[in-house]
Amino acid sequence: MTTGVRITQGTFSYLPELTDDEIRAQIQYGIDNGWAVAIEFTDDPHPRNVYWEMWGMPMFDIEDAAAGLFEVNRCRKAHSNRYIRVSLYNATLTKQTIALQFIVNRPPHEPGFRLHRQETTDRIVRYTLEPYAARDPHGERYDGSE
Amino acid sequence: MAGKSGDGERPRWLAGVIPYKEMGYWRPDYEPDDTDIIAAFRLTPQPGVDPEEAAAAIAGESSTATWTVVWTDRLTAYENYQAKAYEVVPVPNSDPPQYIASIAYKLDLFEEGSIANLTSSIIGNVFGFKALKALRLEDMRISTHYLKTFDGPPHGIINEREMVNKYGRPLLGATTKPKLGLTPRNYGRVVYEALRGGLDFVKDDENINSQPFNRWRERYLYCMEAVNRAQEETGEIKGHYLNVTAGNMEDMYERAEFAKELGSVIIMIDLTIGFTAMTSMSKWARKNSMLLHLHRAGHATYTRQKNHGVNFRVISKWCRMLGVDHIHAGTVVGKLEGDPGAIRGYYDTLRDDYVKKDPAHGIYFDQDWVHLPGVMPVASGGIHAGQMHQLLHYLGEDVVLQFGGGTIGHPMGISAGATANRVAVEAMIQARNEGRDYLKEGPDILKKAAKKCKELDAALDTWGDISFEFESTDVPDVVETPTTTG
Repeated sequence: MTTGVRITQGTFSYLPELTDDEIRAQIQYGIDNGWAVAIEFTDDPHPRNVYWEMWGMPMFDIEDAAAGLFEVNRCRKAHSNRYIRVSLYNATLTKQTIALQFIVNRPPHEPGFRLHRQETTDRIVRYTLEPYAARDPHGERYDGSE
Repeated sequence: MAGKSGDGERPRWLAGVIPYKEMGYWRPDYEPDDTDIIAAFRLTPQPGVDPEEAAAAIAGESSTATWTVVWTDRLTAYENYQAKAYEVVPVPNSDPPQYIASIAYKLDLFEEGSIANLTSSIIGNVFGFKALKALRLEDMRISTHYLKTFDGPPHGIINEREMVNKYGRPLLGATTKPKLGLTPRNYGRVVYEALRGGLDFVKDDENINSQPFNRWRERYLYCMEAVNRAQEETGEIKGHYLNVTAGNMEDMYERAEFAKELGSVIIMIDLTIGFTAMTSMSKWARKNSMLLHLHRAGHATYTRQKNHGVNFRVISKWCRMLGVDHIHAGTVVGKLEGDPGAIRGYYDTLRDDYVKKDPAHGIYFDQDWVHLPGVMPVASGGIHAGQMHQLLHYLGEDVVLQFGGGTIGHPMGISAGATANRVAVEAMIQARNEGRDYLKEGPDILKKAAKKCKELDAALDTWGDISFEFESTDVPDVVETPTTTG
């Protein structure tokens, strides 16, 4: 039995957790490119869960990454047991998409996913991925704490 | 048009043979319309052949002309339908002498949305023309009027990234090796290990279709088990390019439908199936929300020789028009070398919305893509984690880096090889974003990351002479081989 799964969504999940200084540097890179800074959190890390909860609106007009890091830490304080990600958003014509996204907070224990296999005919299997945490209602996931 | 030939003596419409120049295919005064399609040909005339006549001959044979005067031209508004060679420029220091001829074609000459029709005209007859020793199609300006008759990529770079939920770094892939011989069950093992270790995609090779040792249906079943197991372990969306290439369209559609039924996010086709089959699979992929990967199998038979064939930048352009989401486009570093400037030209042609004329990158015309989505270039062939700084520098971040041997050949196993590549790319992106001179400091960045990652450490020990340093440059016609291994 595995003790959990490190979810590797986001660009820096294979590196050691980013320090606050490192997070600030990445946010500054986005600001210098004219990108907006968005912070989101979730208790459902399914890879196709597109819409994480927004920690306020994207910050379109900040000039100093310290303001972004400040919000990251406020979000961490409020949702320490959630996944939190930072997205840098490029609104330029022909882009209009996320330019960089990385996880900055994880639950202390990541139970990971259950892979359902529904066996059908002709050896075809219908696969469904379910986060173990999502078996519980919102508010009761990850030990029930925020 | 004048009623008589150039010397004013022979009537233009007298039955018989007259030079193409005198039939209206050489028009040095012509100024192309915005709607025209323009082609740049590198031509090597036979000794004694006037280059302007050679250019006129190409214009003639790729549009309305035949070898002799025909009176039926006079039933048409022939000046409209005649292609017009309007410029011939000598190539400096070429021996035998080469020329770049610019030829303009009216919009009416081509069927909407048909690369088959476009190519039947532009490269249909002229390449075997006796008056020429050699001929190469170097570039084309596709007018926006014609461009807009094509659907373009089923998804394009931005939709692909949003579909697989991966941003701000090159995507990572690998081709299953050995490319022939693995049974489906063993094949799926390679896919599983590579994906769980950190790659985003694994790929069928171009020549794995449905052989006796590995039938397509079995392979798809095992590969999708592998994909789903890897998604379970990582919480990421993963894909395996299921090659649907087959001997006929019916079989390709059947394979694509099965890939869809199994929940794959991506299928692949080979260039060898032809432009029309590629276009049909593009339409299928768009209709079924399936990413479409193209392997350029066979292209080098006509793209490689400098004096004859079709430049790969033109193939890139046609493939973006007919619509694929991925295309192999060279590595700069790695086992299949390419001129950095030329490869930059291919990548720009595939990805950018507006590509400016740039002789250093082999781009002969401004090309406005009018927001047609970009194609994700794929770099494959002899690349490894130790080159990550060079790869990022030359190829940028909108690219799939495919480390086949560089994953599967890792001394600690396939999964470890994948992890090494993923750690290397994330460390390099982090350093770049922090403003470091990552090209110069690349080896140090990788060494530092390897201190916390034994898989990367082993990869660098195995493959990387990572102290290699080279000039940051995009200058063409310079032999650069920053490959650290063969």
